[in-house]
This record gives sequence, structure tokens and C-alpha cells, in this order.
Amino acid sequence: MTVTPSEPGAAKPAGAYLDHAATTPMSAAALAAFVEHAQLTGNASSLHSAGRGARRAAEEGRETVALAVGARPSEVIFTGGGTEADNLAIKGIFWGRRTHDMRRTRILVSAVEHHAVLDPAFWMAGHAGAEIVLLPVDSDGVLDLDALRAELAEHGDEVALISVMWANNEVGAVQPVREVVRAARPYGIPVHTDAVQAVGQIEVDFAASGVDAMTISGHKLGGPTGVGALVARRELALEAVLHGGGQERGVRSGTLDVPSIAAFAVAVREAVAGRQERAARLAALRDRLVERVREAAPEAILRGPDPVVRPQDRLPGNAHFTFPGAEGDSLLYLLDSAGVQASTGSACQAGVPQPSHVLLAMGVPEAEARGALRFSLGATSTADDVERLAVALPQVVSRAQAAGLVSGRAMGGAA
Amino acid sequence: MRVLAAMSGGVDSAVAAALAVEAGHEVVGVHMALSRNRDQFRTGSRGCCSIEDAGDARRAADVLGIPYYVWDLSERFEDTVVADFLSEYEAGRTPNPCVRCNEHIKFEALLDKATALGFDAVVTGHYAQVVTGPGGAPELHRSPNDAKDQSYVLAVMGPERLARAKFPLGGFASKDEVRAEAAQRGLSVSAKPDSYDICFVADGDTRGFLRSRLGSRPGTVVDVSGDVVGEHDGAYAFTVGQRKGLALGRPAPDGAPRYVVDVQVSTNTVVVGPAELLSVDRVAGEKAIWLCSPAEEAGPDGWIDGEVQVRAHGAPVPARVRATGEAVHPGEAVPPSGTPGLEVQLVGDPLRGVAPGQSVVVYRGTRVLGQATVTGAWRSR
Repeated sequence: MTVTPSEPGAAKPAGAYLDHAATTPMSAAALAAFVEHAQLTGNASSLHSAGRGARRAAEEGRETVALAVGARPSEVIFTGGGTEADNLAIKGIFWGRRTHDMRRTRILVSAVEHHAVLDPAFWMAGHAGAEIVLLPVDSDGVLDLDALRAELAEHGDEVALISVMWANNEVGAVQPVREVVRAARPYGIPVHTDAVQAVGQIEVDFAASGVDAMTISGHKLGGPTGVGALVARRELALEAVLHGGGQERGVRSGTLDVPSIAAFAVAVREAVAGRQERAARLAALRDRLVERVREAAPEAILRGPDPVVRPQDRLPGNAHFTFPGAEGDSLLYLLDSAGVQASTGSACQAGVPQPSHVLLAMGVPEAEARGALRFSLGATSTADDVERLAVALPQVVSRAQAAGLVSGRAMGGAA
Repeated sequence: MRVLAAMSGGVDSAVAAALAVEAGHEVVGVHMALSRNRDQFRTGSRGCCSIEDAGDARRAADVLGIPYYVWDLSERFEDTVVADFLSEYEAGRTPNPCVRCNEHIKFEALLDKATALGFDAVVTGHYAQVVTGPGGAPELHRSPNDAKDQSYVLAVMGPERLARAKFPLGGFASKDEVRAEAAQRGLSVSAKPDSYDICFVADGDTRGFLRSRLGSRPGTVVDVSGDVVGEHDGAYAFTVGQRKGLALGRPAPDGAPRYVVDVQVSTNTVVVGPAELLSVDRVAGEKAIWLCSPAEEAGPDGWIDGEVQVRAHGAPVPARVRATGEAVHPGEAVPPSGTPGLEVQLVGDPLRGVAPGQSVVVYRGTRVLGQATVTGAWRSR
């Protein structure tokens, strides 16, 4: 079977799919690369010709990924996704740093990190003697650099690592990663950044940013799920989390998933190459969405950096609102039944909507945080998707507000 | 009709949802998350509140091809059902949390939210029947499945909410039939064990749960003459009629078994006595809720002829019942609530161990006429 990149990739999701930050369709070229390599046999660690073929594909993928994000191939450690890369960064850097300097027990993370960073950090507090410092953010969800500098001035020589995401997955706030690096450097503190939401949306250059480690993920940018990478400088002391066959510099054992890596590499290359054009289109579409939501529900409050006033501080495909008096689960259900798929912003294991820790960290009261909806656009998004949302929204919001009144929990309810 | 199927993750609610789909309704499955800290709730196969249960509900919805959502009602659950459970025990009464859950969660928080979101009814897997009465009003009837009948815990919902509830399992004569229906539809929960315990008491240890939430309050156990015969960790954990778990040091002089006959929380004292002290023929209740017009059902003397049931799995006994404008409170222990109440006069043999806090449900045949919360019981003859 020959699959050419001109064939369609994953179909555009049914209905108005406004949840590309959760996952976005695989591109045609990525799907083709996946299928091509899934048809081949070969363990990239084997020494015979089948193995060499697999290894070649993996190494080409590594070079492609490295080139796209401003890194050297030897800095790319493939993982089973963003969560694994974040775990490797938090645990591996902490252990690596402590081996050389026992005083360094503090892990500094922004209060708006993804759970894939927060949870391993808190796990290290419970199991490895780490102390976690949550760095505050402003009301737009952007890191408070003064608080970071104050923390470093006081405890700089006790810090093992700092992790601040490149851009927030809920409210789209782009974080001052370069300033974090600048602040950390005098103290010799390694900086990790979760760039899962950023790559393909805004410019991401690993080397230029100065960070020591960076997480990227396949399925957020048109690649398959279950593959990602930790891009890490060679000088960074990194302890292994997965032990075994010694693949990936010995820090991430496990047979290389060549079809996923090949598809991931194609997707990263495409996402980065087409970024400016796509970002401009998505930003315009997003601005239209914000406008239409405000028309349909004038009481809705936009959360995160204002895309009109400071567009450079927000992901182009992200819009996030809270709807006073309505609960997110009601809004989600009603929109879903109208064929519009959005997210309450954070989901947890059992699918229980909890008030977002990101909104709470921004100072949003819990009652208001319950009425949150995130809309995120991607490559397949169209003006029709936005219109469908705008048409459905007035009734959805008024119904959800009526339900909020009887439940007495959402802001403006009878509580 | 657009209906919301409450899906606990158990076999009953899964089959109820399936039957609603097959009846041609537009069905949406909703699992209620009732604990924020899920570790507090038991895991494993017996419960209705664990992550596994949410997963089982999701898989049942997948098989039925219906949308599925989880709604977080944990705060309401804690504020109503759990808080009531604790305060009732603390006041020396014995609450039925399933009644309070039906009253405040399933047929209030969930039903009202569903109604506001455009649903016509809520479907649950309860064993009870809703029948349209001669005047068009809904009547609540017992399930033909005596062992599983849940009309006792549903009576609290009142007529207006009953009209918006559907119990597709009401006509099933046995649980085996329900399991067979589940298996036939490929629902993996078909062989899932039944849940029996209180869902928020992780290990079934109610006394341990109460101690962890209310603290240890050591006191004495006395007999009816006031002699101290034992000690306890907190009078609140005892129930009138209880025999087990008293740990009395010495036997009664006559060697007869002793039961809890009174729980006096004001003095933190548990009173024990012989079984005959538990026999009562009068029961009083508060917060009466009627599923009929008591005036129409009553004879010229104001009394309704029927039967009453005073605990979830008890047998109904013949009784005359009268609606009262005010709650009736024998003794001084319970302050008047000012809510409508009811009085019960047993017609036949006396009942044993009627615990304040439980529901007294009034039946005539299979039909539920009304219910109230027991405030007290005594012997009149």
C-alpha cells in the first residue's frame, strides 16, 4: 500500500469541534508516515538490516523534530507523550541536581502548570524530600516574575529546578520563559518548560530560549497520541525514570515506537513550517469567536490576556470565558447536544468537573470558576464552527443559568 | 420524551436506562459524583461512588449508545445527606441516608437541574411503580419484587416530583430477571454484586465513621433502674432496638437479653432494658409528606385505615393513621418542629424497636399514602 501525503488525514471531527487544545486531528502527511512505518518490521535497537531501517527512520525523525524546535538531534529524547516527558523532567532533573548538591530540595513551579507537572512535583514532595513552591500568577494567568525573583533572592541556592510552562493550556497565557531563564541563571538552576500547547502556535526555539529542558507532544499538533519528547541539553544531569534497555541516552528505556516517531516528526515539521499563516488565520477566527460570544452572552467574562490589547501574550487559537450563574457541566452538556464540543478547561480522572486550579490561581472566585468554558481552535476549524457556537449559545447560557439557579451553586445562584 | 438516566454504575440503573432507550425516549446518562475526595468512598465492586462505578456507568452508556456525563453533586451531598446523617446521630436518632439522598439529591438537586436543562423526567433503577391514579395524579406503589421493593425510601419525594420520575424496573418480579436483561444487552455490569452498605461509609463500619467525624465521647450504659452496667464511646452511635455491640460487663439478673431502649444524648447515656420495653403501639412523626389527600382517605373520625412500615426492610403492619397540623412529640427530648406530622395507632400486635429518625411510611395495599420521620413511639395499652 502506498499512502501519499495528498490523501486526507484524520477526518474533520463531526459538529463544531472547538477543543483542539485537548487533541487535534492528525494531518494527512503524519497519518501517511504512521501507516508507512507501521507496515515495516524492525526493532530500532536490532543490528541487522530490518533494525537499521527502523533506527534510520527514528533518527530521521529525531533530526526533523530537533530542526523544527531549534534543538540538536542529540537533545531529543522520545517519550510516550507529554505527561511522560514532564515526569522525566521533574523527577529526573530533581534527582540529577540533588546528586550533586544535597541542599537543593526546592522545586519551583508556576501555580498554573498542567497536572502532568504539578502532580509529579507534589509526588516528589511526598516521596523524595522535595519542597514545592507554587509561583503566583497575575489575574491574566501570567507568571509573577517579581515573586520568582524574590523567591530566588531568598532561597536561590536551595532550588533544584524551576518549571514554568511556555503557554497555559486553559487560558492561553504565554509565559515569560526567557525572563525565567535569565532570573535562574545566576543561581545555576535548571529550567524546564512544558511547551505542549505552544509548538505550532507561537514561535518556540529551544536553544534561543535558554531553557534546559522542554516538553513537546505529538497529538496537540497533528501527530499521533502516545508520543512526545523531552528536549534536554546534553549538559543537564538527568536521572532515568524508566529503566531497561538503555535507549534514549539511557534515560528513557523502551523499544522506540518508530511509526509514532515518524508521524510525530512530520507533524512537528508541518506545524512549525505553517505556523505563521495558520496562527494568523486562527487568531482572526478566535477574535471573531470572542466577539460572537460577547454578543450572545454579554455577561460572559473573558479570562486570560486580552487578545485585542496584547495578542502576543495569548495563544492564537485559545478563547476562555466564565459565564456567571452557569455551571460548566451544564454548559458543556447543552453545547454538546447542540453539536458544539468545548471543554470546561480541566478534566480529571473520573470526568468530574472541578473548579480549575488555573482560574483559582488567577484569583477567580470558586463560584465563578465553576462556569468556565474553553474554546480552542485548530487546523480544521472554520468560520462555520464559530457560527454554530454563536447560534447555540444564547439558549445554552440561559438554560444553564436556570439550572445554576436551582442548583444554587454557581455565582448568582440562590446559595 | 427527553429523559435523564441516573447511572450509578450498577446493573439496575443500567437496565433502567436501556429500557428507557427502548421505549423510544431520548436518553442522556448522568453519573453523580458524590464525593470530592474519592478516597473517602469505598472502592471495589460493592459501591456506587467509586471511580470504578463511574467507569462502569460510562461503559453501560457506551453499549446503549447514549451520551454520558458526570455531574459533580458532592457538595450538595455533603451538605445535605452526610450532614443530616451526622446531626441526626448526634441528636440520638437513627437516620436513613438513602431517604435523604432521594429527597435532596436524586429527586431534588438532580431532578431540578435536569428539568431546568430541558429534560422531561429522570429515570432511575429503583424498584417501585408509578401508576396514574383515577384523578390523574401519580400514585406510588410497591414493586412486585418484595425483597427489592424501594417504595419505602421513595415516598419522601412527594407527588409533584413523582410525576417527573420514571422507574422502568418497577414491574420486575426479581433481580435475576434484571440481570438477565442486562446480560442480553451485553451490559458488563450484569453480574456486578449488589450494594448494601451506606455508600459514604467506606468499609461498612458506621460506628467507626461516626467516631471519626463526631469524636469519641465516652459515657455510661445504664439499665432502666439507673444502675451503670457498661461504658460506651459515644451515645450517638446507638440505635433503639440494638442488641449487638453493647459490650455489657455482666448479664441481666434474670439472664434475659438486653436491648437499647433509649438514647439520651443530653446526658450521653445509653439505656438498656428487656425486649418488652421496645414494644410500642403508637408512633408519632414529623415532616409528613402525603402522596394522597389525607382528608379524602380518612374516615369520618379523621383516621386513615392502612398499614405502616417503620424500617427499610420491615414488614407492613395494620394501623390507623391521622394527619396532624403540628408534629407530635412524645416526651421532651425532641423539640417541636412545627411541621405537619402524623400519628399512628397500631391495630394488631405491637411493634418492636421503632427508632426515631427512621421513616414511617403509610401504605394501603401496594399503594404508598404518605410518610413522615419518626419522632417517638410508646405503648398506650
